[in-house]
Amino acid sequence: MIEAKNLGKWFGQNKVVDSISFTVKKGEILGFLGPNAAGKSTTMRMITGYLAPNTGTALIGGHDVCQAPIAARRLLGYLPENAPVYPDMTVRAFLDFIAQIRGFSGKSRAAAVERTLEKCFLTEVKNQITSTLSKGFKQRVCFAQSILHDPEYLVMDEPTDGLDPNQKHEVRSMIREMGREKAILLSTHILEEVDAVCTRAVIIAKGKIMADDTPERLRRRSRLSGAVSLRVQTNDTNPLVAELEKLTGVAKVEVVEKTRDSAVLRAFPAQGAEALPDRLLRHLAQGGHRLESFSVETGRLDEVFRNITMPQKAA
Amino acid sequence: MELNRNWHTIKAIFLRELTGYFGSAIAYVFIVIFLVLCGFFTFSISNFYDAGQADLRSFFEWHPWIFLFLVPAVAMRLWADERKSGTLEILLTLPVTLTEAVLAKFLAAWVFIGVALCLTFPMPLTAMYLGGPDAGAMVSGYLGSLFLGGAYLAVGSMTSALTKNQVISFVLSVVICLFLVLVGWPPVTNFLTGWAPSWLIATVEGFSIWSHFVSMQRGVLDLRDLVYYLSLIFFALYGTGVIIETRKSA
Repeated sequence: MIEAKNLGKWFGQNKVVDSISFTVKKGEILGFLGPNAAGKSTTMRMITGYLAPNTGTALIGGHDVCQAPIAARRLLGYLPENAPVYPDMTVRAFLDFIAQIRGFSGKSRAAAVERTLEKCFLTEVKNQITSTLSKGFKQRVCFAQSILHDPEYLVMDEPTDGLDPNQKHEVRSMIREMGREKAILLSTHILEEVDAVCTRAVIIAKGKIMADDTPERLRRRSRLSGAVSLRVQTNDTNPLVAELEKLTGVAKVEVVEKTRDSAVLRAFPAQGAEALPDRLLRHLAQGGHRLESFSVETGRLDEVFRNITMPQKAA
Repeated sequence: MELNRNWHTIKAIFLRELTGYFGSAIAYVFIVIFLVLCGFFTFSISNFYDAGQADLRSFFEWHPWIFLFLVPAVAMRLWADERKSGTLEILLTLPVTLTEAVLAKFLAAWVFIGVALCLTFPMPLTAMYLGGPDAGAMVSGYLGSLFLGGAYLAVGSMTSALTKNQVISFVLSVVICLFLVLVGWPPVTNFLTGWAPSWLIATVEGFSIWSHFVSMQRGVLDLRDLVYYLSLIFFALYGTGVIIETRKSA
């Protein structure tokens, strides 16, 4: 288990991280979300033992990163922000160096390097100097470094940053795959990533945890969650809106978009209303309206994210 | 078990650093410049042949000045580079203690300077060909140069830890090393004699690399000189560790 206990950090007079606590269990992939400068990287640096916290501590598999840093780091793989690698080494030499430090020797060392090269699709560039590699490859080399010892715990700071869509897909499926047995903490500001890989998400802003929930439940906090969007052929929306608002179970109807001969409406369910889509469909069919599209909103993470991280600006 | 792990870690970092030196052009440029300068000063400025003495004093006496510029050039990348490329974060979140990292990097650079010193072997050979030099003085002279290099290097390691800019690290360490040499250099101490009390002069001299270096060139292997060099190296490396620990987020 990765445990953060009241982690806090000041830089001068600035409180960058304010008493953050959470846990990541094995089998969980926790997405760490937040706007830039929210304290994501600083928190991860404290968890990995790079920065000493001003308050609190972190435990990796029961080992305190401040009291027993070596034992904690042994169980941990870490992919820092911007994926740094030694510029003057070949990919293979770099991974070999990591393997040596991780305590591999002899045949198992060579095997670990080979296995990791293959797993991260680096075999074709293994003899290339890392400074000549593209951003995507560097990212993967650093990723490879973090999983070389098959750690039980992984901390990754923006693991898909700088990758193209195909590479993102590969890395995400790799993370999902590993997430079955490992405890993984990853930071990101890409919300689709949370949906794609995370089993839980923690949203932080200004150094504080604002939400800690599964992506589905977070999405349900959205104003849009449960609303029905429909595109209808009509040139006058007002009667239709009034008509729909009279239906039981409908709290409010908004006009989202209007063109000359069609309009997109959004109906919000009243508290505790059930079977809203069915009721709407029946009503529209009976009234002889022509529907072009019809969908039930599941809620949008980006909207929830905005509401949570800047409540004063949200509409 | 723990010692074994220390040793493995230090060896891994040490070898990475050393192959880093020899894998880049810096190593060869350094060695060539060092050898050329040594030869130039010994033969052309000190007139080694005209002195008519089969010893290496005219060779060793230039080392504090040659090393003054070359050793900081070797040391400047030690930590500044790690900081700049961000690999410091990787290195210090691996199961590695700061002591191991500082020591391994220092030793790699020191061994590199040792290799450069070994390549001056034609000098003692020449002296031996010309006459019977005092072998003991030669050995202690080389040891003195090696410790001198180590002391400069430790200072350079400390200034390198301060910044991600190698040039700043270089300039700072040249200034500090120059200071360490000058406080014991005869022209400076002569300036003190005559008005300052003798205990003050002795204290100032005692802090200087110069006086300790000179006594080793004479073939005097004094324990006090070794203690001086080792403690200077220890304090500068300790300082390196403290600086890295406190400036990680910089």
